[in-house]
Amino acid sequence: MSGAGARENVFATRMALTNTKLRLKGAQTGHSLLAKKRDALTTRFRTILKKVDEAKRKMGRVMQIASFSMAEVTYATGDISYLVQEQAKQATFKVKARQDNVSGVVLPAFEVDRVAGSDFNLTGLGRGGQQVLRAKEVYAKAIETLVDLASLQTAFMILDEVIRATNRRVNAIEHIVIPRLENTIKYILSELDEMDREEFFRLKKVQGKKKRDTAAKDAAPPPEFEDFGGEDGGGGDLLSNKDTDVIFD
Amino acid sequence: MTTSFKNRNLLAVIGDEDSITGLLLAGIGHINENQKKNFLVVDSKTQVSAIEAAFQELTERKDIAILLINQHVAEKIRPTVDRYQQPFPALLEIPSKDHPYDPEKDSVLKRVQKLSS
Repeated sequence: MSGAGARENVFATRMALTNTKLRLKGAQTGHSLLAKKRDALTTRFRTILKKVDEAKRKMGRVMQIASFSMAEVTYATGDISYLVQEQAKQATFKVKARQDNVSGVVLPAFEVDRVAGSDFNLTGLGRGGQQVLRAKEVYAKAIETLVDLASLQTAFMILDEVIRATNRRVNAIEHIVIPRLENTIKYILSELDEMDREEFFRLKKVQGKKKRDTAAKDAAPPPEFEDFGGEDGGGGDLLSNKDTDVIFD
Repeated sequence: MTTSFKNRNLLAVIGDEDSITGLLLAGIGHINENQKKNFLVVDSKTQVSAIEAAFQELTERKDIAILLINQHVAEKIRPTVDRYQQPFPALLEIPSKDHPYDPEKDSVLKRVQKLSS
C-alpha cells in the first residue's frame, strides 16, 4: 500500500494533502527549470570544450614562434636574461577580469590590459635592439593567446563544477524528492479514504442503532395514562360526592 | 567566488630561463611591496621542493589571475598540479624551448579529452 517507499512524516489531513500537492507542483517546476539550465550550460560547455582543445594546440605553435624569436635575441645580443629579470619592477602587462553571465552562472573572462611602458628600452642598446623589440612584440602576442586560453580554461573549470552541481540537483529532485512527495500524497489519500470508510461505517452503525431504537419503541404498547384523581377514573363530577365537612361536622 | 577575481590582474610564471626572459620582456614581471617576485626561474639545479613551494605560494596569492608553468616543470610536480582544481588563478601549462608541447600530459586537456570522448 502507501507504506512502500519513503514518505514524509505528516498527519493525514486535507490541509497536509493540499500542501504536499503544492510542493509536488513546485518540485516539478523546479525540476524542469533546472533541466533547462543544465541543457543551456551543457551547450555552452561543449563549445568551450572545443575551443579549449583548439586553443591549447594553437598555443603550442605560438610559443614555438616566441621561443624562436628569443633565440634570435640571444644570438644577436647575448644573454639578457639576468638583465631582464633584474629590471622587472612593475608589471606593464596585466589582465582585467570581466564577467560573463550564462544562465545565472558568472564566468570570468580575462582581458589584456597593457600599459605602454618604457622598461627594457635600453636592453640591446649596443646590438640586437631590433631583435629585442621584435621578441617583445612576439611574446606580447603569445601572452594574449595565453590569456584567451586562460579565460576559456577558467570558464571550463567553473562550468564543469556548476554542471555537476546542477546535475546532482536535477537527479535528486527527479529520483528522491518527487517520488517522496508522490508517496506522501498517496499515503494521505489512502489514509483519508480509510477515514472516510470508517466514518461511513460509523454513521451506518449510528443509523442502525437509531432505527433499532425506534423499532423497539414502536413495537412496545403505547404508554397508558396514569390515573390521577379517584379510582373511578379522573374527570368525575366534583359536585357528586360531598367532601366531609371539616368545620361543622 | 564572484568577487574574488576582480582584483586579480597579474600573471605569474614558473619556468626555465628562456621562457621567463621572453615573458618578462613582454612586461609581466612584477615585484610587490614585500619584494616577492611573481616568477621563478627553474633550472636543472632547482629542487623539486622549491618548485612546490613556489607553486603553493603563487596559487595562494590573491592578485594573480593566471599562473603559467612550463610543461616540463609541471611534470616534476605533476601530483600537485593534478590536484590543483581551483579556477583562480587559472593554471596554464606552456611549452618551453627544449621541450615540445605534449597535449597528452596537460592536466586540463586530460579532463577535456575524458569529457569529450
